Amino acid sequence: MELHLKTLSELRTLLDRGEISAPELTEAVLNQMAQVDPKVQAYLTQTSDLAHLMAQQAQERLQQGERTPLLGIPIGIKDNLCTAGIRTTCASKILHNFVPPYDATVVLKLRAQGAVFVGKLNMDEFAMGSSTEFSAFQVTRNPWDLERVPGGSSGGSAAAVASHTAIATLGSDTGGSIRQPAAFCGVVGLKPTYGRVSRYGLIAYASSLDQIGPLTKTVEDCAIMLSAISGHDPRDATSVNQPVPDFRKSLRPEVKGLKIGVPREMFGQGVHPEVALRVRDAIQSLEEEGAEVHEVSIPMMEQGLAIYYILAPAECSSNLARYDGVRYGLRVGAEKGHIGMMEATRAEGFGDEVIQRIIIGTYALSSGYYDAFYLKAQKGRTLLRQEFDRVFQQVDVLMGPTAPTPAFRIGELVGDPLAMKLSDVLTIPVNLAGLPGLSVPCGLMEGLPVGLQIIGKPFDEATVLRVGYAYEQKAGLLEQLRHPTGLA
Amino acid sequence: MALTLKQMRHVAKLARLELSDEKLTHYMHAINALLEHFETLQAMPLDTVEPTSHSIPVFNAFREDCVEEPLSRDLALMNAPEARDGLFIVPRIVEE
Repeated sequence: MELHLKTLSELRTLLDRGEISAPELTEAVLNQMAQVDPKVQAYLTQTSDLAHLMAQQAQERLQQGERTPLLGIPIGIKDNLCTAGIRTTCASKILHNFVPPYDATVVLKLRAQGAVFVGKLNMDEFAMGSSTEFSAFQVTRNPWDLERVPGGSSGGSAAAVASHTAIATLGSDTGGSIRQPAAFCGVVGLKPTYGRVSRYGLIAYASSLDQIGPLTKTVEDCAIMLSAISGHDPRDATSVNQPVPDFRKSLRPEVKGLKIGVPREMFGQGVHPEVALRVRDAIQSLEEEGAEVHEVSIPMMEQGLAIYYILAPAECSSNLARYDGVRYGLRVGAEKGHIGMMEATRAEGFGDEVIQRIIIGTYALSSGYYDAFYLKAQKGRTLLRQEFDRVFQQVDVLMGPTAPTPAFRIGELVGDPLAMKLSDVLTIPVNLAGLPGLSVPCGLMEGLPVGLQIIGKPFDEATVLRVGYAYEQKAGLLEQLRHPTGLA
Repeated sequence: MALTLKQMRHVAKLARLELSDEKLTHYMHAINALLEHFETLQAMPLDTVEPTSHSIPVFNAFREDCVEEPLSRDLALMNAPEARDGLFIVPRIVEE
Protein backbone atom coordinates (compact mmCIF):
# COMPACT_ATOMS: atom_id res chain seq x y z
CA MET A 1 0.00 0.00 0.00
CA GLU A 2 1.18 3.49 -0.78
CA LEU A 3 2.59 5.28 2.26
CA HIS A 4 0.21 8.22 2.32
CA LEU A 5 -2.75 5.84 2.64
CA LYS A 6 -1.43 4.33 5.87
CA THR A 7 -2.40 5.30 9.39
CA LEU A 8 -0.17 7.11 11.83
CA SER A 9 0.30 3.98 13.94
CA GLU A 10 1.20 1.85 10.90
CA LEU A 11 3.71 4.45 9.77
CA ARG A 12 5.14 4.71 13.29
CA THR A 13 6.07 1.04 13.19
CA LEU A 14 7.61 1.31 9.71
CA LEU A 15 9.67 4.38 10.66
CA ASP A 16 10.85 2.88 13.94
CA ARG A 17 11.94 -0.34 12.24
CA GLY A 18 13.80 1.63 9.59
CA GLU A 19 11.70 0.08 6.80
CA ILE A 20 10.89 3.55 5.51
CA SER A 21 12.52 6.95 6.05
CA ALA A 22 10.90 10.20 7.13
CA PRO A 23 11.87 12.00 3.86
CA GLU A 24 10.37 9.14 1.86
CA LEU A 25 7.09 9.41 3.78
CA THR A 26 6.97 13.20 3.47
CA GLU A 27 7.61 12.90 -0.25
CA ALA A 28 4.68 10.49 -0.61
CA VAL A 29 2.34 12.88 1.22
CA LEU A 30 3.53 15.92 -0.76
CA ASN A 31 3.05 13.99 -4.02
CA GLN A 32 -0.48 13.14 -3.02
CA MET A 33 -1.04 16.81 -2.16
CA ALA A 34 0.22 17.88 -5.58
CA GLN A 35 -2.17 15.43 -7.20
CA VAL A 36 -5.40 15.87 -5.27
CA ASP A 37 -5.31 19.20 -3.47
CA PRO A 38 -5.97 21.22 -6.63
CA LYS A 39 -9.37 19.45 -6.57
CA VAL A 40 -9.98 19.36 -2.80
CA GLN A 41 -8.41 22.76 -1.94
CA ALA A 42 -7.85 21.91 1.71
CA TYR A 43 -4.64 23.92 2.04
CA LEU A 44 -4.30 27.70 2.24
CA THR A 45 -0.51 27.48 2.53
CA GLN A 46 1.63 24.51 1.55
CA THR A 47 4.99 24.35 3.26
CA SER A 48 6.85 21.77 1.19
CA ASP A 49 10.34 23.28 1.64
CA LEU A 50 9.90 23.36 5.39
CA ALA A 51 8.47 19.82 5.30
CA HIS A 52 11.57 18.50 3.48
CA LEU A 53 13.80 20.15 6.06
CA MET A 54 11.80 18.87 9.03
CA ALA A 55 11.69 15.37 7.53
CA GLN A 56 15.48 15.40 7.19
CA GLN A 57 15.86 16.48 10.81
CA ALA A 58 13.39 13.81 11.93
CA GLN A 59 15.38 11.19 10.05
CA GLU A 60 18.56 12.20 11.89
CA ARG A 61 16.74 11.86 15.21
CA LEU A 62 15.44 8.43 14.18
CA GLN A 63 18.93 7.33 13.24
CA GLN A 64 20.18 8.44 16.65
CA GLY A 65 17.70 6.00 18.14
CA GLU A 66 14.96 8.41 19.19
CA ARG A 67 11.50 6.80 19.34
CA THR A 68 8.70 9.30 19.91
CA PRO A 69 5.11 8.99 18.65
CA LEU A 70 5.10 11.79 16.07
CA LEU A 71 8.72 11.75 14.90
CA GLY A 72 8.71 12.08 11.11
CA ILE A 73 4.90 12.15 10.75
CA PRO A 74 3.48 14.68 8.20
CA ILE A 75 0.86 16.84 9.89
CA GLY A 76 -1.39 19.68 8.67
CA ILE A 77 -2.44 22.55 10.92
CA LYS A 78 -5.64 24.61 10.88
CA ASP A 79 -4.91 28.17 9.87
CA ASN A 80 -6.08 29.65 13.18
CA LEU A 81 -3.12 28.13 15.04
CA CYS A 82 -0.10 30.41 15.18
CA THR A 83 2.98 29.01 13.48
CA ALA A 84 6.14 31.11 13.91
CA GLY A 85 7.35 32.30 10.53
CA ILE A 86 4.47 30.66 8.62
CA ARG A 87 1.59 32.85 7.44
CA THR A 88 -1.52 32.36 9.59
CA THR A 89 -4.66 33.94 8.15
CA CYS A 90 -7.65 32.50 10.02
CA ALA A 91 -9.06 32.42 6.46
CA SER A 92 -9.74 36.15 6.84
CA LYS A 93 -8.84 39.09 4.66
CA ILE A 94 -8.04 41.03 7.82
CA LEU A 95 -5.09 38.66 8.57
CA HIS A 96 -4.18 37.93 4.93
CA ASN A 97 -0.52 38.88 5.51
CA PHE A 98 -0.07 37.93 9.17
CA VAL A 99 3.10 35.99 10.03
CA PRO A 100 3.07 35.08 13.72
CA PRO A 101 6.21 35.83 15.71
CA TYR A 102 5.55 32.82 17.97
CA ASP A 103 4.19 29.28 17.95
CA ALA A 104 0.96 28.13 19.57
CA THR A 105 1.74 25.76 22.44
CA VAL A 106 0.35 22.78 20.49
CA VAL A 107 2.55 23.70 17.52
CA LEU A 108 5.58 23.94 19.79
CA LYS A 109 4.75 20.50 21.18
CA LEU A 110 4.51 19.01 17.68
CA ARG A 111 7.83 20.59 16.69
CA ALA A 112 9.54 19.26 19.82
CA GLN A 113 8.29 15.77 18.99
CA GLY A 114 9.66 15.92 15.47
CA ALA A 115 6.40 16.13 13.50
CA VAL A 116 6.71 17.38 9.90
CA PHE A 117 4.56 20.40 8.96
CA VAL A 118 3.08 20.12 5.47
CA GLY A 119 0.84 23.19 5.50
CA LYS A 120 -1.92 25.37 6.90
CA LEU A 121 -5.52 24.34 6.40
CA ASN A 122 -8.59 26.16 5.18
CA MET A 123 -11.48 26.95 7.51
CA ASP A 124 -14.48 29.21 7.90
CA GLU A 125 -13.26 32.73 8.62
CA PHE A 126 -12.32 32.97 12.31
CA ALA A 127 -13.82 29.46 12.72
CA MET A 128 -17.34 30.83 12.31
CA GLY A 129 -19.31 28.50 10.08
CA SER A 130 -20.19 24.88 9.40
CA SER A 131 -19.13 24.35 5.79
CA THR A 132 -15.79 26.14 5.17
CA GLU A 133 -17.67 28.20 2.57
CA PHE A 134 -17.10 31.29 4.73
CA SER A 135 -13.35 31.22 4.07
CA ALA A 136 -12.30 34.52 2.49
CA PHE A 137 -9.99 32.64 0.11
CA GLN A 138 -11.36 29.35 -1.26
CA VAL A 139 -14.02 26.70 -0.97
CA THR A 140 -12.78 23.31 0.20
CA ARG A 141 -14.48 20.28 -1.29
CA ASN A 142 -15.55 17.03 0.31
CA PRO A 143 -13.33 14.14 -0.88
CA TRP A 144 -16.41 11.88 -0.98
CA ASP A 145 -18.24 14.15 -3.40
CA LEU A 146 -16.50 17.23 -4.75
CA GLU A 147 -19.83 19.02 -5.16
CA ARG A 148 -20.39 18.89 -1.41
CA VAL A 149 -18.94 20.76 1.56
CA PRO A 150 -16.41 19.14 3.91
CA GLY A 151 -18.21 20.65 6.91
CA GLY A 152 -16.69 23.29 9.09
CA SER A 153 -15.17 25.15 10.46
CA SER A 154 -12.19 22.74 10.37
CA GLY A 155 -13.18 21.65 6.85
CA GLY A 156 -9.62 21.79 5.52
CA SER A 157 -8.36 19.70 8.43
CA ALA A 158 -10.97 16.98 7.79
CA ALA A 159 -10.65 17.01 3.98
CA ALA A 160 -6.84 16.74 4.21
CA VAL A 161 -7.01 13.61 6.37
CA ALA A 162 -9.70 12.04 4.15
CA SER A 163 -7.74 12.81 0.97
CA HIS A 164 -4.45 11.60 2.53
CA THR A 165 -2.65 14.92 2.08
CA ALA A 166 -1.71 14.74 5.77
CA ILE A 167 -1.43 11.74 8.07
CA ALA A 168 -3.20 13.68 10.83
CA THR A 169 -4.25 17.28 11.38
CA LEU A 170 -5.13 19.73 14.12
CA GLY A 171 -8.43 21.56 14.20
CA SER A 172 -10.37 23.63 16.71
CA ASP A 173 -13.90 23.13 17.97
CA THR A 174 -16.10 25.87 19.43
CA GLY A 175 -19.52 24.42 18.59
CA GLY A 176 -18.69 21.29 16.60
CA SER A 177 -15.95 22.51 14.28
CA ILE A 178 -13.84 19.35 14.62
CA ARG A 179 -16.56 16.72 15.00
CA GLN A 180 -18.98 17.86 12.28
CA PRO A 181 -16.36 18.01 9.47
CA ALA A 182 -14.89 14.71 10.73
CA ALA A 183 -18.36 13.19 10.32
CA PHE A 184 -18.86 14.74 6.87
CA CYS A 185 -15.46 13.52 5.59
CA GLY A 186 -15.47 10.05 7.17
CA VAL A 187 -12.57 10.61 9.57
CA VAL A 188 -12.13 10.56 13.35
CA GLY A 189 -12.27 13.89 15.22
CA LEU A 190 -12.02 14.69 18.91
CA LYS A 191 -12.90 17.78 20.89
CA PRO A 192 -11.10 17.30 24.20
CA THR A 193 -12.46 18.44 27.56
CA TYR A 194 -12.22 22.22 27.93
CA GLY A 195 -8.87 22.84 29.62
CA ARG A 196 -7.22 19.58 28.48
CA VAL A 197 -5.24 21.29 25.70
CA SER A 198 -3.62 24.73 25.92
CA ARG A 199 -5.28 27.39 23.77
CA TYR A 200 -2.20 29.63 23.78
CA GLY A 201 -1.64 30.70 20.18
CA LEU A 202 -5.08 29.61 18.99
CA ILE A 203 -6.61 32.73 17.46
CA ALA A 204 -9.58 33.22 19.75
CA TYR A 205 -13.21 33.03 18.64
CA ALA A 206 -15.19 32.25 21.83
CA SER A 207 -12.69 31.67 24.61
CA SER A 208 -14.94 29.79 27.03
CA LEU A 209 -15.84 27.26 24.31
CA ASP A 210 -12.79 26.95 22.01
CA GLN A 211 -10.70 23.81 22.25
CA ILE A 212 -7.99 22.38 19.97
CA GLY A 213 -8.12 18.73 18.96
CA PRO A 214 -6.96 16.13 16.43
CA LEU A 215 -8.50 14.79 13.22
CA THR A 216 -7.15 11.40 12.21
CA LYS A 217 -7.79 8.26 10.18
CA THR A 218 -8.39 6.01 13.20
CA VAL A 219 -9.23 6.20 16.90
CA GLU A 220 -5.78 4.87 17.78
CA ASP A 221 -4.17 7.73 15.81
CA CYS A 222 -6.46 10.13 17.64
CA ALA A 223 -5.26 8.79 21.01
CA ILE A 224 -1.63 9.27 19.94
CA MET A 225 -2.27 12.86 18.85
CA LEU A 226 -4.21 13.70 22.01
CA SER A 227 -1.40 12.53 24.26
CA ALA A 228 1.00 14.63 22.20
CA ILE A 229 -0.89 17.93 22.55
CA SER A 230 -2.43 17.70 26.05
CA GLY A 231 -1.20 19.16 29.29
CA HIS A 232 -1.13 22.17 31.56
CA ASP A 233 0.44 25.33 30.14
CA PRO A 234 1.27 28.37 32.29
CA ARG A 235 0.48 30.50 29.21
CA ASP A 236 -3.19 29.43 29.25
CA ALA A 237 -4.73 30.04 32.65
CA THR A 238 -7.71 27.86 31.72
CA SER A 239 -5.59 24.83 30.91
CA VAL A 240 -6.00 22.36 33.72
CA ASN A 241 -3.30 20.67 35.73
CA GLN A 242 -4.48 17.10 35.22
CA PRO A 243 -2.22 14.13 34.60
CA VAL A 244 -1.97 13.27 30.88
CA PRO A 245 -2.26 9.52 30.44
CA ASP A 246 -0.90 7.66 27.45
CA PHE A 247 -4.34 7.47 25.85
CA ARG A 248 -3.22 4.68 23.54
CA LYS A 249 -2.96 2.39 26.57
CA SER A 250 -6.67 2.76 27.28
CA LEU A 251 -7.62 1.31 23.90
CA ARG A 252 -9.12 -2.13 24.46
CA PRO A 253 -11.99 -3.40 22.32
CA GLU A 254 -13.91 -4.05 25.52
CA VAL A 255 -17.30 -2.60 26.41
CA LYS A 256 -18.82 -5.31 28.65
CA GLY A 257 -20.83 -3.61 31.40
CA LEU A 258 -20.32 -0.14 29.91
CA LYS A 259 -23.38 2.04 30.41
CA ILE A 260 -24.34 3.95 27.26
CA GLY A 261 -26.90 6.73 27.54
CA VAL A 262 -28.85 7.62 24.41
CA PRO A 263 -30.40 11.09 24.78
CA ARG A 264 -33.75 11.16 23.04
CA GLU A 265 -33.15 14.84 22.14
CA MET A 266 -30.34 13.70 19.81
CA PHE A 267 -32.81 11.85 17.59
CA GLY A 268 -35.40 14.60 17.33
CA GLN A 269 -36.74 16.70 14.53
CA GLY A 270 -34.25 17.48 11.79
CA VAL A 271 -32.22 14.30 12.18
CA HIS A 272 -32.33 12.43 8.88
CA PRO A 273 -33.94 9.00 9.41
CA GLU A 274 -31.05 7.27 7.60
CA VAL A 275 -28.55 8.99 9.91
CA ALA A 276 -30.56 7.93 12.95
CA LEU A 277 -30.64 4.37 11.61
CA ARG A 278 -26.85 4.16 11.11
CA VAL A 279 -26.24 5.53 14.59
CA ARG A 280 -28.78 3.22 16.24
CA ASP A 281 -27.16 0.27 14.46
CA ALA A 282 -23.77 1.34 15.80
CA ILE A 283 -25.12 1.57 19.35
CA GLN A 284 -26.77 -1.83 18.97
CA SER A 285 -23.51 -3.38 17.83
CA LEU A 286 -21.94 -2.27 21.13
CA GLU A 287 -24.94 -3.66 23.02
CA GLU A 288 -24.24 -7.00 21.36
CA GLU A 289 -20.74 -6.79 22.82
CA GLY A 290 -22.14 -6.49 26.33
CA ALA A 291 -22.75 -2.76 26.79
CA GLU A 292 -25.95 -1.67 28.55
CA VAL A 293 -28.01 0.88 26.64
CA HIS A 294 -30.28 3.33 28.52
CA GLU A 295 -32.52 5.91 26.96
CA VAL A 296 -32.00 9.23 28.76
CA SER A 297 -33.26 12.78 28.43
CA ILE A 298 -31.38 16.09 28.44
CA PRO A 299 -34.18 18.58 27.69
CA MET A 300 -31.87 21.62 27.78
CA MET A 301 -30.03 20.28 24.71
CA GLU A 302 -32.90 21.79 22.74
CA GLN A 303 -31.93 25.24 24.05
CA GLY A 304 -28.26 24.70 23.16
CA LEU A 305 -28.34 26.62 19.88
CA ALA A 306 -30.13 29.60 21.46
CA ILE A 307 -27.61 29.74 24.32
CA TYR A 308 -24.66 29.36 21.97
CA TYR A 309 -25.76 32.07 19.56
CA ILE A 310 -25.73 34.60 22.38
CA LEU A 311 -22.59 33.50 24.23
CA ALA A 312 -20.32 32.75 21.27
CA PRO A 313 -21.04 36.05 19.43
CA ALA A 314 -20.66 37.96 22.71
CA GLU A 315 -17.22 36.47 23.28
CA CYS A 316 -16.36 36.93 19.60
CA SER A 317 -17.29 40.61 19.63
CA SER A 318 -14.84 41.12 22.46
CA ASN A 319 -12.06 38.90 21.06
CA LEU A 320 -12.22 40.43 17.59
CA ALA A 321 -11.95 43.98 18.92
CA ARG A 322 -8.17 43.60 18.53
CA TYR A 323 -8.36 43.76 14.72
CA ASP A 324 -8.16 47.51 14.31
CA GLY A 325 -5.48 48.04 11.66
CA VAL A 326 -2.93 49.25 14.21
CA ARG A 327 -0.51 46.45 15.06
CA TYR A 328 -0.99 43.77 12.40
CA GLY A 329 -3.12 42.71 9.48
CA LEU A 330 -5.08 44.83 7.08
CA ARG A 331 -5.19 48.64 7.34
CA VAL A 332 -7.42 50.79 5.15
CA GLY A 333 -8.63 54.37 5.44
CA ALA A 334 -5.62 55.80 7.29
CA GLU A 335 -6.63 59.21 5.89
CA LYS A 336 -9.91 59.04 7.86
CA GLY A 337 -8.31 59.51 11.27
CA HIS A 338 -7.82 56.77 13.83
CA ILE A 339 -11.51 55.93 14.44
CA GLY A 340 -12.32 56.12 10.75
CA MET A 341 -9.37 53.86 10.01
CA MET A 342 -10.57 51.24 12.49
CA GLU A 343 -14.13 51.36 11.14
CA ALA A 344 -13.03 51.10 7.53
CA THR A 345 -10.45 48.38 8.23
CA ARG A 346 -12.91 46.19 10.09
CA ALA A 347 -15.74 46.62 7.56
CA GLU A 348 -13.37 45.81 4.72
CA GLY A 349 -11.46 43.01 6.46
CA PHE A 350 -14.24 40.91 7.96
CA GLY A 351 -16.67 38.79 5.95
CA ASP A 352 -20.47 38.87 6.31
CA GLU A 353 -20.76 36.00 8.80
CA VAL A 354 -18.12 37.47 11.10
CA ILE A 355 -19.71 40.92 10.96
CA GLN A 356 -23.12 39.48 11.82
CA ARG A 357 -21.73 37.66 14.85
CA ILE A 358 -19.89 40.79 16.01
CA ILE A 359 -23.15 42.74 15.74
CA ILE A 360 -25.18 40.11 17.64
CA GLY A 361 -22.52 39.94 20.34
CA THR A 362 -22.15 43.69 20.68
CA TYR A 363 -25.93 44.01 20.93
CA ALA A 364 -26.20 41.21 23.52
CA LEU A 365 -23.58 42.88 25.69
CA SER A 366 -24.76 46.45 25.22
CA SER A 367 -26.33 48.54 27.94
CA GLY A 368 -29.94 47.57 28.61
CA TYR A 369 -29.77 44.20 26.84
CA TYR A 370 -27.14 42.38 28.91
CA ASP A 371 -29.63 40.84 31.36
CA ALA A 372 -32.12 39.86 28.67
CA PHE A 373 -29.56 38.10 26.48
CA TYR A 374 -26.13 37.42 27.87
CA LEU A 375 -27.02 36.74 31.50
CA LYS A 376 -29.98 34.62 30.48
CA ALA A 377 -27.82 32.53 28.18
CA GLN A 378 -25.25 32.04 30.94
CA LYS A 379 -28.02 30.81 33.22
CA GLY A 380 -29.30 28.46 30.53
CA ARG A 381 -25.75 27.15 30.28
CA THR A 382 -25.83 26.30 34.00
CA LEU A 383 -29.02 24.24 33.59
CA LEU A 384 -27.57 22.39 30.61
CA ARG A 385 -24.40 21.54 32.55
CA GLN A 386 -26.46 20.33 35.49
CA GLU A 387 -28.50 18.05 33.24
CA PHE A 388 -25.33 16.52 31.79
CA ASP A 389 -23.96 16.05 35.35
CA ARG A 390 -27.15 14.30 36.41
CA VAL A 391 -27.17 11.93 33.45
CA PHE A 392 -23.49 11.13 33.91
CA GLN A 393 -24.26 9.83 37.39
CA GLN A 394 -26.10 6.99 35.66
CA VAL A 395 -24.12 6.33 32.49
CA ASP A 396 -20.46 6.25 31.36
CA VAL A 397 -20.89 7.81 27.91
CA LEU A 398 -23.62 9.35 25.78
CA MET A 399 -24.14 8.48 22.12
CA GLY A 400 -25.97 9.99 19.22
CA PRO A 401 -25.32 11.35 15.74
CA THR A 402 -22.58 13.95 15.26
CA ALA A 403 -24.60 15.93 12.72
CA PRO A 404 -28.28 15.63 11.73
CA THR A 405 -27.48 15.04 8.04
CA PRO A 406 -24.54 13.99 5.90
CA ALA A 407 -22.57 16.62 3.93
CA PHE A 408 -24.78 19.09 2.09
CA ARG A 409 -24.13 20.59 -1.34
CA ILE A 410 -21.87 23.59 -1.84
CA GLY A 411 -24.08 26.69 -1.86
CA GLU A 412 -27.11 24.78 -0.58
CA LEU A 413 -27.36 26.48 2.83
CA VAL A 414 -25.36 29.69 2.35
CA GLY A 415 -28.54 31.74 1.95
CA ASP A 416 -30.27 30.07 4.89
CA PRO A 417 -28.29 30.99 8.00
CA LEU A 418 -30.57 29.13 10.38
CA ALA A 419 -30.43 25.84 8.45
CA MET A 420 -26.64 26.09 8.35
CA LYS A 421 -26.52 26.62 12.10
CA LEU A 422 -28.80 23.63 12.73
CA SER A 423 -25.96 21.50 11.41
CA ASP A 424 -24.27 22.04 14.80
CA VAL A 425 -27.32 21.41 16.97
CA LEU A 426 -25.98 18.06 18.25
CA THR A 427 -22.43 19.20 18.92
CA ILE A 428 -22.93 22.65 20.48
CA PRO A 429 -24.29 21.42 23.85
CA VAL A 430 -21.04 19.50 24.39
CA ASN A 431 -18.98 22.71 24.12
CA LEU A 432 -21.33 24.58 26.44
CA ALA A 433 -20.79 21.87 29.08
CA GLY A 434 -17.04 21.63 28.36
CA LEU A 435 -17.20 17.85 27.80
CA PRO A 436 -15.05 15.66 25.53
CA GLY A 437 -16.76 14.55 22.32
CA LEU A 438 -15.54 12.15 19.65
CA SER A 439 -16.89 11.59 16.15
CA VAL A 440 -16.25 8.14 14.62
CA PRO A 441 -17.48 7.14 11.15
CA CYS A 442 -20.37 4.68 11.41
CA GLY A 443 -21.14 3.93 7.80
CA LEU A 444 -22.28 5.56 4.60
CA MET A 445 -25.65 6.89 3.56
CA GLU A 446 -26.13 7.38 -0.19
CA GLY A 447 -22.37 7.21 -0.52
CA LEU A 448 -21.69 9.86 2.14
CA PRO A 449 -20.12 9.25 5.56
CA VAL A 450 -22.18 9.42 8.76
CA GLY A 451 -20.63 10.18 12.16
CA LEU A 452 -21.34 8.56 15.53
CA GLN A 453 -20.77 10.99 18.41
CA ILE A 454 -19.50 9.70 21.75
CA ILE A 455 -19.65 12.16 24.64
CA GLY A 456 -17.83 11.58 27.92
CA LYS A 457 -17.44 12.90 31.43
CA PRO A 458 -14.99 15.78 31.93
CA PHE A 459 -11.39 14.57 31.48
CA ASP A 460 -12.55 11.05 30.68
CA GLU A 461 -11.24 11.00 27.11
CA ALA A 462 -9.80 7.56 27.93
CA THR A 463 -13.29 6.01 28.09
CA VAL A 464 -14.53 7.94 25.06
CA LEU A 465 -11.57 6.73 22.99
CA ARG A 466 -11.89 3.15 24.27
CA VAL A 467 -15.55 3.01 23.25
CA GLY A 468 -14.74 4.60 19.88
CA TYR A 469 -11.99 2.05 19.36
CA ALA A 470 -14.24 -0.86 20.31
CA TYR A 471 -16.85 0.33 17.82
CA GLU A 472 -14.29 0.91 15.08
CA GLN A 473 -12.89 -2.62 15.50
CA LYS A 474 -16.36 -4.15 15.42
CA ALA A 475 -17.58 -2.09 12.46
CA GLY A 476 -14.64 -2.91 10.20
CA LEU A 477 -15.12 0.14 7.96
CA LEU A 478 -11.51 1.28 7.77
CA GLU A 479 -10.69 -0.22 4.39
CA GLN A 480 -13.77 1.36 2.80
CA LEU A 481 -13.06 4.72 4.43
CA ARG A 482 -9.54 4.77 3.05
CA HIS A 483 -10.85 5.38 -0.46
CA PRO A 484 -13.16 8.40 -0.69
CA THR A 485 -15.26 8.08 -3.82
CA GLY A 486 -14.94 11.71 -4.93
CA LEU A 487 -11.26 11.12 -5.71
CA ALA A 488 -11.68 7.81 -7.50
CA MET B 1 -36.77 41.60 20.48
CA ALA B 2 -36.16 42.50 16.84
CA LEU B 3 -33.44 45.00 16.04
CA THR B 4 -34.37 48.22 14.21
CA LEU B 5 -32.18 50.00 11.67
CA LYS B 6 -31.53 52.71 14.25
CA GLN B 7 -30.27 50.11 16.72
CA MET B 8 -28.19 48.49 14.00
CA ARG B 9 -26.48 51.84 13.33
CA HIS B 10 -25.77 52.27 17.04
CA VAL B 11 -24.37 48.75 17.45
CA ALA B 12 -22.22 49.09 14.31
CA LYS B 13 -20.78 52.27 15.78
CA LEU B 14 -20.03 50.54 19.07
CA ALA B 15 -18.34 47.71 17.17
CA ARG B 16 -16.35 50.13 14.97
CA LEU B 17 -17.82 48.92 11.70
CA GLU B 18 -18.34 51.35 8.83
CA LEU B 19 -21.44 49.94 7.13
CA SER B 20 -23.94 51.46 4.71
CA ASP B 21 -27.66 51.43 5.57
CA GLU B 22 -28.11 48.97 2.74
CA LYS B 23 -25.63 46.53 4.31
CA LEU B 24 -27.07 47.11 7.77
CA THR B 25 -30.58 46.36 6.53
CA HIS B 26 -29.36 43.15 4.93
CA TYR B 27 -27.66 42.04 8.16
CA MET B 28 -30.67 43.13 10.22
CA HIS B 29 -33.00 40.72 8.42
CA ALA B 30 -30.62 37.79 8.93
CA ILE B 31 -29.98 38.65 12.58
CA ASN B 32 -33.67 39.15 13.39
CA ALA B 33 -34.53 35.78 11.88
CA LEU B 34 -32.00 34.18 14.22
CA LEU B 35 -33.06 36.11 17.32
CA GLU B 36 -36.67 35.19 16.65
CA HIS B 37 -35.81 31.52 16.50
CA PHE B 38 -33.93 31.75 19.78
CA GLU B 39 -36.71 33.48 21.69
CA THR B 40 -37.56 30.18 23.41
CA LEU B 41 -34.80 30.93 25.87
CA GLN B 42 -36.43 34.22 26.83
CA ALA B 43 -39.49 32.36 28.08
CA MET B 44 -37.57 30.08 30.45
CA PRO B 45 -37.84 30.66 34.21
CA LEU B 46 -34.18 31.29 35.02
CA ASP B 47 -34.39 33.90 37.78
CA THR B 48 -33.02 31.69 40.52
CA VAL B 49 -30.30 30.04 38.41
CA GLU B 50 -26.66 31.03 38.84
CA PRO B 51 -24.90 32.01 35.58
CA THR B 52 -22.03 29.91 34.19
CA SER B 53 -19.16 31.71 32.50
CA HIS B 54 -16.81 28.72 32.41
CA SER B 55 -17.60 25.07 32.01
CA ILE B 56 -14.85 23.89 34.34
CA PRO B 57 -14.31 25.08 37.92
CA VAL B 58 -11.16 27.14 37.42
CA PHE B 59 -10.81 30.19 39.63
CA ASN B 60 -7.65 32.20 40.10
CA ALA B 61 -4.65 30.73 38.33
CA PHE B 62 -1.48 32.06 39.94
CA ARG B 63 2.14 31.71 38.93
CA GLU B 64 5.40 32.85 40.43
CA ASP B 65 6.02 36.54 39.85
CA CYS B 66 9.24 36.18 37.89
CA VAL B 67 10.54 38.07 34.89
CA GLU B 68 10.59 36.23 31.59
CA GLU B 69 11.98 37.14 28.22
CA PRO B 70 9.32 39.24 26.47
CA LEU B 71 8.63 39.36 22.73
CA SER B 72 11.37 41.51 21.19
CA ARG B 73 10.46 44.91 19.77
CA ASP B 74 11.44 43.80 16.27
CA LEU B 75 9.18 40.77 16.43
CA ALA B 76 6.33 42.80 17.90
CA LEU B 77 6.60 45.25 15.01
CA MET B 78 7.15 42.76 12.20
CA ASN B 79 3.46 42.71 11.18
CA ALA B 80 2.78 46.41 11.68
CA PRO B 81 0.99 48.08 8.74
CA GLU B 82 3.30 51.02 9.39
CA ALA B 83 6.25 51.29 11.80
CA ARG B 84 9.10 53.73 12.28
CA ASP B 85 11.85 54.16 14.86
CA GLY B 86 10.66 51.12 16.76
CA LEU B 87 7.10 52.44 17.04
CA PHE B 88 3.69 51.70 15.52
CA ILE B 89 2.60 54.58 13.31
CA VAL B 90 -1.11 55.51 13.43
CA PRO B 91 -3.16 58.46 12.17
CA ARG B 92 -2.89 61.55 14.38
CA ILE B 93 -5.12 61.17 17.46
CA VAL B 94 -4.67 64.62 19.05
CA GLU B 95 -5.36 67.92 17.31
CA GLU B 96 -2.45 70.24 16.62
